[in-house]
Amino acid sequence: MDQLLLLESVERYLRNEMNAEEKKNFEELRKSNPELDQLVVEHHFFLEEMDRYGEIKRFKANLYDTHHTLKEKGDIKDIDPASQGKLVRLWTKYRRVVAVAASIAGITALVISGIVTAVTPKASIQDIEKLRRIVSSLEQKTNHQGKELNDVKKKIEPGTSIKFGGSSFLVDGKGYLITSAHVVQNAAQVFVQNVKGQDFRAEIVYTDALRDLAVLQIKDADFKAVQTLPYGIRKSSTELAEPIFTLGYPKDEIVYGEGYLSAKSGLQGDTMACQISITANPGNSGGPVLNKNGEVIGILNARQTTAEGFVFAIKSQNILRVVDELKKKDTAHHIRLHTSSSIKNLERVQQVKSIENCIYMVKVVENK
Amino acid sequence: MSTSAKEQDLLKGLANNDKTAIETIYADNYSLIQHFIVNNNGNEDDARDIFQESLIVLYENARSPEFSLNCQIRTYIYSVARRLWLKKLQYARRFEAQVENLEETVPVEEDLGIHEKMSRQYGIMRGAMGKIGEPCKSLLEAFYVHHKNMNEIASFFGYTNADNAKNQKYKCLMRLKKLFFAQYKNGN
Repeated sequence: MDQLLLLESVERYLRNEMNAEEKKNFEELRKSNPELDQLVVEHHFFLEEMDRYGEIKRFKANLYDTHHTLKEKGDIKDIDPASQGKLVRLWTKYRRVVAVAASIAGITALVISGIVTAVTPKASIQDIEKLRRIVSSLEQKTNHQGKELNDVKKKIEPGTSIKFGGSSFLVDGKGYLITSAHVVQNAAQVFVQNVKGQDFRAEIVYTDALRDLAVLQIKDADFKAVQTLPYGIRKSSTELAEPIFTLGYPKDEIVYGEGYLSAKSGLQGDTMACQISITANPGNSGGPVLNKNGEVIGILNARQTTAEGFVFAIKSQNILRVVDELKKKDTAHHIRLHTSSSIKNLERVQQVKSIENCIYMVKVVENK
Repeated sequence: MSTSAKEQDLLKGLANNDKTAIETIYADNYSLIQHFIVNNNGNEDDARDIFQESLIVLYENARSPEFSLNCQIRTYIYSVARRLWLKKLQYARRFEAQVENLEETVPVEEDLGIHEKMSRQYGIMRGAMGKIGEPCKSLLEAFYVHHKNMNEIASFFGYTNADNAKNQKYKCLMRLKKLFFAQYKNGN
């Protein structure tokens, strides 16, 4: 109770609520009592703080009221959400972030496109070329898988499944054939069949995957060497629009096709190949492309699946190179290439009649 | 730049917590600050808080006898608000604070330093008030903030007489002082 009275006195003293006599007594007491003095000082500070707290609190309350009053009166309003939609507000809020993000995206895009342009040309052409080849060889595979090769002769043991095949043609009467490398890839055994349906064992003696060419040799006692080949291998290049024809085995019997040379380069400007306009199907790969004089100007190897009438043939000069390489590698092979055609002035029917005996179907038994 | 008589009147009114003066100042300046805040990564609530805090700074200064405003109220409020908002942005580290300038500004750093100290003490008192709980808080506020006398307080809070109310007030005050000074000494 004493403390209470004391504090009340202090408060009254500080608020100047004491009369003169009281005040005089209190001040004397304060001088003689340091504890009381301390209390007065402390409480004085506290009351000041309290007053300020009160003032600010009242002022804040006033501001709060004013805000509401003015808002009701319409003197102040929120920035109109209609005129500044959520998007706009988000935009104003995050535009710096957006700007930073956009510049990063921009720089990244530039860098990427720069890298792409720097790296693209060579890489992508090869990629596409390879891809096309794979597609075309796959096509042939599938086709031949579905094909029932029912004319199994004594040479092919019953139960051996022919996985896929293509065409080939003699380049040397002793039994050397040229075909496409992709036709005989992964082959465990290769058989060739002539136009009469006779099968012969053959061996792959050379493959050049880059040129997509392979050299086969018939190693079979039943094979009779051909004295002279009717056609020759053309050494020089062929002119645009030159009429051409081909023979191959897209099915079980030999098929003739006719067209013209449509471009001097192959897929994506590949100069090893040329483009011809002809009907070609899976199984035609490895077949010869001949001009009207009966000269082999190329080896049919692929067609573009994404466009109509785009067939590609490896140029005949590559045969010469492949054979030269083979000779260098293995001197046991004495291949003599024919460069002159002996059917130059014959009718096409006669030409084909003499050529067809030199065109062989390739049957491939695949590696397990 | 000397401020007109009208502005001086407004300042006096503000210092006395006069409703009309506050309303006038409020209505004249709010939209400026509002646009400033909203256009610089703030929202409506930020605008209101910053504007009201600026007014408190002005209020605190207007109450001090040695204060004289040597620019327009508008410029002063804008300068304070701008400074406060920059601080808040920097504190939040949202951006290297860079805000557009709508108006000219006057240096207010000194005033803000005083204000910061005051608002810290205000915060301590408010915190202590919050901690003592009811009915102590309302009772003490009735006496010290709203300056009611003990009889009014006794009848309002349902005490049988003023002495009982005094007794209660004393207990509450002791607790408040204890809390306040504990916090105050910590803070300093």
